[in-house]
Amino acid sequence: MKELTIDATIENAAAVTAFVDGQLEQLGCPAKTQMKVDIAIDELFGNIANYAYTPGIGAVTVRVEVTDDPPAVAITFIDRGVPYDPLAKEDPDITLSAKDRQIGGLGIYMVKKMMDDITYEYKDGQNILKIRKEIW
Amino acid sequence: MNIIKDQTDRSLNIALEGRLDTTTAPQLETELKQSIGDRAELNLDFAKLEYISSAGLRVLLAAQKLMNRQGKMVIRNVNDVISEVFEVTGFSDILTIE
Repeated sequence: MKELTIDATIENAAAVTAFVDGQLEQLGCPAKTQMKVDIAIDELFGNIANYAYTPGIGAVTVRVEVTDDPPAVAITFIDRGVPYDPLAKEDPDITLSAKDRQIGGLGIYMVKKMMDDITYEYKDGQNILKIRKEIW
Repeated sequence: MNIIKDQTDRSLNIALEGRLDTTTAPQLETELKQSIGDRAELNLDFAKLEYISSAGLRVLLAAQKLMNRQGKMVIRNVNDVISEVFEVTGFSDILTIE
Protein backbone atom coordinates (compact mmCIF):
# COMPACT_ATOMS: atom_id res chain seq x y z
CA MET A 1 0.00 0.00 0.00
CA LYS A 2 1.19 3.49 -0.85
CA GLU A 3 -0.27 6.83 0.16
CA LEU A 4 0.05 10.42 -1.00
CA THR A 5 -1.32 13.27 1.11
CA ILE A 6 -1.59 16.53 -0.79
CA ASP A 7 -3.61 19.78 -0.83
CA ALA A 8 -6.91 19.26 -2.62
CA THR A 9 -6.43 21.81 -5.40
CA ILE A 10 -6.94 21.50 -9.16
CA GLU A 11 -3.25 22.33 -9.66
CA ASN A 12 -2.39 19.08 -7.84
CA ALA A 13 -4.51 16.83 -10.09
CA ALA A 14 -1.52 16.10 -12.33
CA ALA A 15 0.64 15.13 -9.32
CA VAL A 16 -2.01 12.68 -8.07
CA THR A 17 -2.35 11.16 -11.55
CA ALA A 18 1.44 10.79 -11.80
CA PHE A 19 1.56 9.12 -8.34
CA VAL A 20 -1.04 6.50 -9.31
CA ASP A 21 0.31 6.02 -12.86
CA GLY A 22 3.77 5.31 -11.44
CA GLN A 23 2.38 2.35 -9.51
CA LEU A 24 0.23 1.10 -12.38
CA GLU A 25 3.28 1.10 -14.65
CA GLN A 26 5.19 -1.06 -12.16
CA LEU A 27 2.36 -3.60 -12.39
CA GLY A 28 2.54 -3.71 -16.18
CA CYS A 29 -0.96 -2.29 -16.36
CA PRO A 30 -2.27 -1.94 -19.97
CA ALA A 31 -2.49 1.64 -21.28
CA LYS A 32 -6.27 1.43 -21.72
CA THR A 33 -6.85 0.46 -18.09
CA GLN A 34 -4.49 3.19 -16.95
CA MET A 35 -6.32 5.84 -18.98
CA LYS A 36 -9.67 4.79 -17.48
CA VAL A 37 -8.21 5.00 -13.99
CA ASP A 38 -6.78 8.43 -14.87
CA ILE A 39 -10.24 9.60 -15.96
CA ALA A 40 -11.69 8.36 -12.64
CA ILE A 41 -8.96 10.24 -10.72
CA ASP A 42 -9.72 13.44 -12.62
CA GLU A 43 -13.43 13.17 -11.79
CA LEU A 44 -13.06 12.23 -8.11
CA PHE A 45 -10.05 14.34 -7.16
CA GLY A 46 -11.51 17.20 -9.23
CA ASN A 47 -14.76 17.04 -7.23
CA ILE A 48 -12.88 17.08 -3.92
CA ALA A 49 -10.67 19.98 -5.08
CA ASN A 50 -13.69 21.99 -6.22
CA TYR A 51 -16.14 21.33 -3.40
CA ALA A 52 -14.78 19.64 -0.27
CA TYR A 53 -13.18 22.62 1.47
CA THR A 54 -14.65 25.61 -0.36
CA PRO A 55 -13.71 28.37 0.18
CA GLY A 56 -10.61 27.13 2.07
CA ILE A 57 -7.99 24.54 1.23
CA GLY A 58 -7.59 21.16 2.89
CA ALA A 59 -5.77 17.92 2.38
CA VAL A 60 -6.73 14.73 0.62
CA THR A 61 -5.06 11.36 1.07
CA VAL A 62 -4.86 9.10 -1.98
CA ARG A 63 -4.20 5.46 -1.10
CA VAL A 64 -3.27 2.87 -3.73
CA GLU A 65 -3.62 -0.83 -2.94
CA VAL A 66 -2.91 -3.75 -5.23
CA THR A 67 -4.57 -7.17 -4.95
CA ASP A 68 -3.58 -10.37 -6.71
CA ASP A 69 -6.52 -12.56 -7.42
CA PRO A 70 -7.67 -11.25 -9.81
CA PRO A 71 -5.00 -8.57 -10.37
CA ALA A 72 -6.69 -5.31 -9.44
CA VAL A 73 -5.96 -1.87 -8.09
CA ALA A 74 -7.99 -0.06 -5.43
CA ILE A 75 -7.68 3.70 -5.00
CA THR A 76 -9.14 5.42 -1.94
CA PHE A 77 -9.67 9.18 -1.61
CA ILE A 78 -9.96 10.42 1.96
CA ASP A 79 -10.81 14.03 2.84
CA ARG A 80 -12.11 15.91 5.90
CA GLY A 81 -14.27 18.33 3.96
CA VAL A 82 -18.05 18.67 3.96
CA PRO A 83 -19.81 15.28 3.97
CA TYR A 84 -20.68 14.41 0.38
CA ASP A 85 -21.85 11.10 -1.04
CA PRO A 86 -21.44 11.28 -4.84
CA LEU A 87 -23.26 7.95 -5.19
CA ALA A 88 -26.48 9.39 -3.73
CA LYS A 89 -27.01 11.40 -6.90
CA GLU A 90 -29.40 10.10 -9.54
CA ASP A 91 -27.81 9.03 -12.84
CA PRO A 92 -28.10 11.67 -15.58
CA ASP A 93 -30.37 11.15 -18.62
CA ILE A 94 -27.85 10.31 -21.34
CA THR A 95 -30.45 10.17 -24.12
CA LEU A 96 -31.22 13.91 -24.27
CA SER A 97 -30.31 16.06 -27.31
CA ALA A 98 -27.42 18.54 -27.18
CA LYS A 99 -29.86 21.37 -26.53
CA ASP A 100 -31.38 19.75 -23.44
CA ARG A 101 -28.20 18.17 -22.06
CA GLN A 102 -27.06 18.91 -18.51
CA ILE A 103 -23.44 18.15 -17.69
CA GLY A 104 -23.94 17.73 -13.93
CA GLY A 105 -23.53 14.21 -12.64
CA LEU A 106 -21.84 12.97 -15.81
CA GLY A 107 -18.41 12.60 -14.20
CA ILE A 108 -19.47 10.28 -11.40
CA TYR A 109 -21.65 8.35 -13.88
CA MET A 110 -18.58 7.76 -16.08
CA VAL A 111 -16.63 6.51 -13.07
CA LYS A 112 -19.44 4.07 -12.20
CA LYS A 113 -19.45 2.73 -15.76
CA MET A 114 -15.67 2.52 -16.24
CA MET A 115 -14.60 1.12 -12.84
CA ASP A 116 -15.49 -2.35 -11.51
CA ASP A 117 -16.62 -1.06 -8.12
CA ILE A 118 -17.14 2.22 -6.27
CA THR A 119 -18.06 2.65 -2.60
CA TYR A 120 -18.53 5.61 -0.27
CA GLU A 121 -18.66 5.94 3.50
CA TYR A 122 -18.51 8.83 5.95
CA LYS A 123 -16.58 7.84 9.04
CA ASP A 124 -14.82 9.74 11.84
CA GLY A 125 -15.35 13.04 10.04
CA GLN A 126 -13.90 11.72 6.79
CA ASN A 127 -15.30 11.19 3.31
CA ILE A 128 -13.92 7.83 2.17
CA LEU A 129 -14.43 7.13 -1.51
CA LYS A 130 -12.97 3.96 -2.98
CA ILE A 131 -12.76 2.70 -6.55
CA ARG A 132 -11.54 -0.68 -7.76
CA LYS A 133 -10.46 -1.69 -11.24
CA GLU A 134 -9.27 -5.05 -12.50
CA ILE A 135 -6.06 -4.64 -14.43
CA TRP A 136 -6.69 -7.06 -17.30
CA MET B 1 -2.19 19.57 -23.32
CA ASN B 2 -1.12 21.16 -26.57
CA ILE B 3 -3.54 22.90 -28.93
CA ILE B 4 -2.48 23.09 -32.57
CA LYS B 5 -4.57 25.54 -34.55
CA ASP B 6 -4.99 26.10 -38.26
CA GLN B 7 -7.68 28.41 -39.59
CA THR B 8 -9.19 29.82 -42.75
CA ASP B 9 -12.00 32.36 -43.20
CA ARG B 10 -14.48 29.53 -43.19
CA SER B 11 -13.03 26.86 -40.91
CA LEU B 12 -11.19 26.37 -37.66
CA ASN B 13 -9.10 23.19 -37.35
CA ILE B 14 -7.83 22.21 -33.93
CA ALA B 15 -5.63 19.23 -33.06
CA LEU B 16 -5.29 18.31 -29.38
CA GLU B 17 -2.33 16.50 -27.83
CA GLY B 18 -2.35 15.09 -24.30
CA ARG B 19 -5.28 14.97 -21.89
CA LEU B 20 -8.51 16.95 -21.95
CA ASP B 21 -9.36 17.06 -18.25
CA THR B 22 -10.17 19.34 -15.30
CA THR B 23 -6.80 21.07 -15.60
CA THR B 24 -6.68 21.54 -19.37
CA ALA B 25 -10.35 21.92 -20.45
CA PRO B 26 -10.35 25.69 -19.66
CA GLN B 27 -7.49 26.10 -22.22
CA LEU B 28 -9.65 24.64 -24.99
CA GLU B 29 -12.67 26.66 -23.88
CA THR B 30 -10.65 29.89 -24.08
CA GLU B 31 -9.13 28.99 -27.46
CA LEU B 32 -12.55 28.22 -28.97
CA LYS B 33 -14.09 31.42 -27.62
CA GLN B 34 -11.25 33.49 -29.07
CA SER B 35 -10.97 31.76 -32.44
CA ILE B 36 -14.30 30.43 -33.65
CA GLY B 37 -15.95 33.78 -34.54
CA ASP B 38 -18.63 33.15 -37.16
CA ARG B 39 -16.81 30.28 -38.89
CA ALA B 40 -19.13 27.59 -40.22
CA GLU B 41 -16.79 24.62 -39.71
CA LEU B 42 -15.04 23.37 -36.61
CA ASN B 43 -12.81 20.33 -37.12
CA LEU B 44 -11.27 18.64 -34.09
CA ASP B 45 -8.46 16.13 -34.53
CA PHE B 46 -8.04 13.77 -31.53
CA ALA B 47 -5.28 11.56 -33.04
CA LYS B 48 -2.87 12.55 -30.26
CA LEU B 49 -5.42 12.98 -27.48
CA GLU B 50 -5.14 10.30 -24.76
CA TYR B 51 -8.44 10.74 -22.92
CA ILE B 52 -11.31 13.05 -21.99
CA SER B 53 -12.99 13.54 -18.61
CA SER B 54 -16.35 15.22 -17.95
CA ALA B 55 -14.66 18.65 -17.80
CA GLY B 56 -13.67 18.11 -21.45
CA LEU B 57 -17.16 16.85 -22.36
CA ARG B 58 -18.61 20.10 -21.00
CA VAL B 59 -16.48 22.14 -23.43
CA LEU B 60 -17.30 19.82 -26.36
CA LEU B 61 -21.03 20.09 -25.58
CA ALA B 62 -20.89 23.91 -25.55
CA ALA B 63 -18.97 23.87 -28.85
CA GLN B 64 -21.48 21.46 -30.41
CA LYS B 65 -24.41 23.67 -29.33
CA LEU B 66 -22.74 26.72 -30.89
CA MET B 67 -21.89 24.90 -34.13
CA ASN B 68 -25.45 23.51 -34.37
CA ARG B 69 -26.49 27.16 -34.76
CA GLN B 70 -23.78 28.38 -37.13
CA GLY B 71 -22.48 25.39 -39.10
CA LYS B 72 -21.04 22.01 -38.22
CA MET B 73 -18.51 20.38 -35.94
CA VAL B 74 -16.68 17.15 -36.76
CA ILE B 75 -14.36 15.11 -34.49
CA ARG B 76 -11.84 12.78 -36.12
CA ASN B 77 -9.32 10.07 -35.05
CA VAL B 78 -10.90 9.10 -31.73
CA ASN B 79 -9.06 6.34 -29.78
CA ASP B 80 -10.75 3.40 -28.01
CA VAL B 81 -10.90 4.97 -24.56
CA ILE B 82 -12.36 8.26 -25.82
CA SER B 83 -14.80 6.29 -27.96
CA GLU B 84 -15.92 4.43 -24.81
CA VAL B 85 -16.34 7.75 -22.95
CA PHE B 86 -18.59 8.99 -25.79
CA GLU B 87 -20.58 5.73 -25.76
CA VAL B 88 -21.24 5.49 -22.01
CA THR B 89 -22.25 9.16 -21.77
CA GLY B 90 -24.49 9.13 -24.85
CA PHE B 91 -22.27 11.78 -26.46
CA SER B 92 -21.86 9.50 -29.48
CA ASP B 93 -25.48 10.44 -30.36
CA ILE B 94 -24.85 14.19 -30.00
CA LEU B 95 -21.45 14.54 -31.67
CA THR B 96 -20.40 13.90 -35.27
CA ILE B 97 -17.47 11.47 -35.13
CA GLU B 98 -15.75 10.38 -38.34
